[in-house]
Amino acid sequence: MKRDSSEIRWVDESPLTMSERSYLPLFLDGLTTTFRHLLSRKITVQFPEERHQFPDPVIYRGVHRLNRDEQGRVKCVACFLCATACPAHCIDIVAAPSPWPDQEKYPVVFNIDMLRCIFCGMCEEACPVDAIELTSLYDLSGKSRDEMIFDKAKLLSVYDQTKDQEPPGWLRAKQELEEMLGLVESEGNREPSQESPSE
Amino acid sequence: MSFVIETCIKIAVLLGALMTAAAYLVLVERWIAAWVQDRLGPNRVGIPLTNIRILGLGQPIADGLKLIFKEEFVPGHVDRVLYNLAPILTFVAAVAVYAVVPLGQADLGIAGWAPVDLTIVPKFDAALIFLFAANGAAVYGVIIAGWGSNNKYSLFGAMRGAAQLIAYEIPLSLALVALACYAGTLRIDDIVTQQAQSGVWNIILHPLAFVVFFIAATAEAGRLPFDLPETEQELVGGFHTEYSGMRLMTFLVSEFLHMITAAVLIVLLFLGGWHLWFITGAEPVAGVGLALLRIVVFVIKVLAVVFFFMLMRWSWPRFRFDQLMALAWKPLISWGMVQVTILVIWYAWWEPRVTAHGWPSMPILGLVNWSGFVLTWVFTSAIARPHYNNRPRQDLVRLAQGLPYDSSDLNRENAEVCNT
Repeated sequence: MKRDSSEIRWVDESPLTMSERSYLPLFLDGLTTTFRHLLSRKITVQFPEERHQFPDPVIYRGVHRLNRDEQGRVKCVACFLCATACPAHCIDIVAAPSPWPDQEKYPVVFNIDMLRCIFCGMCEEACPVDAIELTSLYDLSGKSRDEMIFDKAKLLSVYDQTKDQEPPGWLRAKQELEEMLGLVESEGNREPSQESPSE
Repeated sequence: MSFVIETCIKIAVLLGALMTAAAYLVLVERWIAAWVQDRLGPNRVGIPLTNIRILGLGQPIADGLKLIFKEEFVPGHVDRVLYNLAPILTFVAAVAVYAVVPLGQADLGIAGWAPVDLTIVPKFDAALIFLFAANGAAVYGVIIAGWGSNNKYSLFGAMRGAAQLIAYEIPLSLALVALACYAGTLRIDDIVTQQAQSGVWNIILHPLAFVVFFIAATAEAGRLPFDLPETEQELVGGFHTEYSGMRLMTFLVSEFLHMITAAVLIVLLFLGGWHLWFITGAEPVAGVGLALLRIVVFVIKVLAVVFFFMLMRWSWPRFRFDQLMALAWKPLISWGMVQVTILVIWYAWWEPRVTAHGWPSMPILGLVNWSGFVLTWVFTSAIARPHYNNRPRQDLVRLAQGLPYDSSDLNRENAEVCNT
């Protein structure tokens, strides 16, 4: 585009006022901002001693876990949808016929390479049975590359560790459904039920 | 012989104190940087192999050890002699200033001993001139480092540093000339004693000289609104880009010493040195207890100024290079001239008529100086350019298109913008 094109609209700064030219108000402005921050509350989290508090741990994308169902069996049906969806190709599944009558397949091997994983959450989105989920654990470290490949047992243990503070998706869906149908009296649906008789 | 021993002890104490101060001021600088950014700053390093953290006070030792044990890589393309010489020169220039810093005199109370002068070079008649010389020598370290590194970023940094230091030397000198003119002496201890005895610090009497001196001293120290020689965003590291390990540490320590020097000079010349009303007394000679108290007062004042320097770093953005030069050559030198003129007229015309340094001479001088300060500031603001033309310069555009140069293009363009 040429400099003298009529499409260019030149925006010029407005002229400085007398107070701006004296530099004194700007000088004081900068100093007050500095002092305000100097005395303000510090936002640093002293990590190993205290941990970051998530407003909603359920939506955080941290370390994966493999959910169990009510009977403690692995929920995964080895459909490979998560491995297909994974953009980093970090999920490795070996499927086998399931030993239980109500399930066709189950994973014999379920490995996630945490060094390749980009924590995008696509596997969680793809899973049809809410078996793989991302937790709010974020301090992931290991001493070797092998240690960073999480196998099925490790992923299930992550579930055992986090299930109380972050209930699995299928459980949350079940609770929501029960609340909606009025099977459980909870804080959430008390207000609408009070409104309904008046209508 | 005892004179030599005395001087050696003074040098050892001062050098030790300065090195420790520089190391711990790095920690303070990091703390303040963190606090201003709503962080906590270094608070982990304490006593090794224990969990005792003592607020992170071990950090400077850890930093120092790290830099000492780091590999000292010397790039193949440098001029070895100049490259090795530069850190030494910088450090010597930074330390030499402290030879003339007066901290009063202490009477040890031992019979037959004269009061000990708490200055390395006591009763030095040309102390202010020595200060200039030592301060000006800092530019050698910068430019030799930049040249010897044989690297364009280093050289850019060195050129900027040289231009900046030379430009700001002039307002700095003018402020000092005004001060020497008022005090009638070049001895720093006399200037401090005068402030102590009259009880009126020079900042109260000479605000214009203080402002000029403060800005110029900040620029001389290369602190942030004026840290053009080593802008990380533009020049990698400026003149010390090619340095590492101990040599780099020497540069960084020298930089901190420059800042402390600036603070020390401001305190000595404008904030009354070791004097504090009702606490330290006014006579130069003092007993041991009072002498120590004076040192504490002095150190607290210096730390307060250093604290302000560190806050300044986060308060105002860095100047552009043309703004930096414009600030030195246009307002600061003019203000220094105004201050010198006021004091010269004072000395030549007014002072022979009344007694100097006392009633009613001093209040009148203060009044004249303050009104001069306010008027100068208002006048400078009034004539400052209210409008900046940010459009491409038409004359250069024409030139780039291969057309002949015509300076009227530039004038027309400016008139256009300024009239809208």
